[in-house]
Amino acid sequence: MTSAASLGVTLLAEGSIDFNVSGVIDQFWRLTVDGLTYGSIYALVAVGYTLVYGVLRLINFAHSEIFMLGMFGTYVGLELLGFAPSGNVYSQGVGLTVLYLGLAMLFGMLVSGIAAVGLERVAYRPLRKRGAKPLAFLITAIGMSFVIQEFVHYILPKIKPGLGGSNAQTGIRLVEPKVQFSFLGAQVTNVALVIIASAVVLAITTEIVINRTKFGRAIRAVAQDPDTATLMGVSRERVIVLTFLIGGLLAGAAAMLYTLYIPTGIIFSGGFILGIKAFSAAVLGGIGNLRGALLGGLILGVAEQYGQILFGTEWRDVVAFVLLVTVLMFRPTGILGESLGRARA
Amino acid sequence: MTDLTKTPKAPVAQQDRRGIGDAIRAWWDGLSRPAQWAVGVPIIALLALMPLFPPPLLDTPGVSFGGVMAQFAMYALIAIGLNVVVGQAGLLDLGYVGFYAVGAYTVGLLTSPNSPWNQTDGGWLQPGWAWVACLPIAIALTALAGLILGAPTLRLRGDYLAIVTLGFGEIVRLMADNLGDLTNGSLGLSKIAYPTVGESEAHPGGFFSPGNLGDTSSWNPFQRASNGTWWFWLGMVFVIVVLLIIGNLERSRVGRSWVAIREDEDAAEIMGVPTFKFKLWAFVIGASVGGLSGAMYAGQVTYVNPKQFDIILSMLFLCAVVLGGSGNKLGVIVGAFLIAYLPMRLQSVQLVSSESTGYLLLGLDVAMLIGLWLLWRWKKDALATWVRRAVIGVSIVAVIFGLLLFGSVLLFRPGGAQNLGDLKYLYFGIALVVMMILRPQGLFPVRQKLLAYGRQVYQAVVRKPAAESIGAGR
Repeated sequence: MTSAASLGVTLLAEGSIDFNVSGVIDQFWRLTVDGLTYGSIYALVAVGYTLVYGVLRLINFAHSEIFMLGMFGTYVGLELLGFAPSGNVYSQGVGLTVLYLGLAMLFGMLVSGIAAVGLERVAYRPLRKRGAKPLAFLITAIGMSFVIQEFVHYILPKIKPGLGGSNAQTGIRLVEPKVQFSFLGAQVTNVALVIIASAVVLAITTEIVINRTKFGRAIRAVAQDPDTATLMGVSRERVIVLTFLIGGLLAGAAAMLYTLYIPTGIIFSGGFILGIKAFSAAVLGGIGNLRGALLGGLILGVAEQYGQILFGTEWRDVVAFVLLVTVLMFRPTGILGESLGRARA
Repeated sequence: MTDLTKTPKAPVAQQDRRGIGDAIRAWWDGLSRPAQWAVGVPIIALLALMPLFPPPLLDTPGVSFGGVMAQFAMYALIAIGLNVVVGQAGLLDLGYVGFYAVGAYTVGLLTSPNSPWNQTDGGWLQPGWAWVACLPIAIALTALAGLILGAPTLRLRGDYLAIVTLGFGEIVRLMADNLGDLTNGSLGLSKIAYPTVGESEAHPGGFFSPGNLGDTSSWNPFQRASNGTWWFWLGMVFVIVVLLIIGNLERSRVGRSWVAIREDEDAAEIMGVPTFKFKLWAFVIGASVGGLSGAMYAGQVTYVNPKQFDIILSMLFLCAVVLGGSGNKLGVIVGAFLIAYLPMRLQSVQLVSSESTGYLLLGLDVAMLIGLWLLWRWKKDALATWVRRAVIGVSIVAVIFGLLLFGSVLLFRPGGAQNLGDLKYLYFGIALVVMMILRPQGLFPVRQKLLAYGRQVYQAVVRKPAAESIGAGR
């Protein structure tokens, strides 16, 4: 027994877990920039979870697969545009770069948006018609997530050879990362700039759509009180489809940004961990709350980066989950609380 | 009411039609305790003999049927344990695989030569008794893990609890992966102890060793049994013991509290049920059963690594419970059987040998399905009852056959799926979605019954008026 106890102590003192505090202080700004970049992607995916949860009270576990399909959508789209796997348009001027980036994002959004609406149609609507229990929705979501993954794993390569399958696809690098400027010692690359800027623009757009437009008001109304909203002439079905569509579009955009940042991640199982983390981000900020999802995504992304240096790279995912559990223990409704329904018009 | 609506035939027929499940249930409930044992023991004996003489269609060519049945026994334990948490107490636990892993790793860390905590090599564990001695330790540690996870998180409800447990499951796996000094990281721990029983010249490692393939020419069941069969027998013993314990718990105050919490937590709290305490009980009991199963798993494969305990497995466990019928102990065992058996069965299926034949058959199958569907759509009311049933039956068979054909066609691709077993998750996902749409309560849904003095009251009340109870009370 003594050997066991001493081993435990040595493990903490010198073994796998090092507390590299000085590393965090030295690289603070670099980590922050990296964290914000990752966090923007988490935030965009998290919006999809949070909107669906706000309206349907349903964890859409297959949302991570929507994201994964978006990555493939971006890849196929760029291939259709005639890019070699190493194509770099950055040298050909800013205008062209923006154009191609926009097109790539459009492809991702298109695929993800269609997939999200299709998912709702195939899997969730029949359940809703039967008034199924929440557990049934959850199991269906898990089932659909398996089906989509296996579709990409086994059926997609049959339809189009070279696509999908067991090996990871290397994404097409439209923009070669290049340091643009230094921010308090942190090197900010053009890719990080594109990601953060796109995420901010998309987040603001979504916020405006939800808070200012007629559709947004309908979504909030259904989130607040579905029955009264129906009585007031809001079509619940249309709102639900719209919710899935917005979530899917944002997931597709996030997928494109992710492949821009990490081009090696296009694989059938590539959405899983990211999906769980994005969901954690949504819960962290307060699920059902749009701003909460954005805030949660950014916090999770940054915390993960600090934790990664503090404890070691392999503990990165653990940090994310421990953070989630800790926040939920002290504030079970998340940082900002649930409020999609309570938001003012 | 019946006078006004004037549709006597259909509703009465609907109400009168009792499924075969109901009939069996009523017959079983009508038997006395000794009679139940008299029926149950031969059935159990038959089940135990099954892996020795695998029934022709049920057999799994290519994989040891005994091994599949051993896996089934472990999954059955898991399903029973998870059923306490999900089915009885209504707590959604998506990280149950974490407990399974804790149980397996406890045995692994204490008995594997790869582990610095190995106690069999000059430590306080006798090599011969190591596995048996580790069993209670594994159960106790897993129960502790359940307590540690449950105490802070059980204040959360529903979806939040689901995601926190999911996080916990991932944390356990990542710890096993990252604490490389201790767990040997992703390489895993090998040569884990297993029960050493029946060592002889024919079986140098005993009956339970992975090397025991069984002597198929022998008629002595103990010689004929492979190591998988031995594990299956051991698993059956555990399943029966756990079923008895949990069955008694269910009928006690604890079980009634669980049901109350599941149905309405707030109401239960107001009526004086200490909900937190009983939720924690459910969590700890469920966890320890999972730990027992994990310890068995570690002993059977004598090797653990973090990859074996991913979230997908957790989802599979939950699916076993939901497929079988959440809340129904025997139902979830059937669910566990499906989860363990079907992928292995599919592994050896090869329906067609050439691609063009595959496509042709698939086309025919789809054409037949469309035809049946059109028939159903437009001529449904004109058909006799038996024809309708036949149409439904043939359609179901055609769908399943079509899916298998579809999979077989997909196999004709270099570097692709090797056999239908590779597509198990595809089929599994489709099955889950279809199941949730058509039968969300599971194959064998739970019936609510009186938990205290249930049998006596049931027999006293139901016997006589059973014949005339067609009213609203049914």
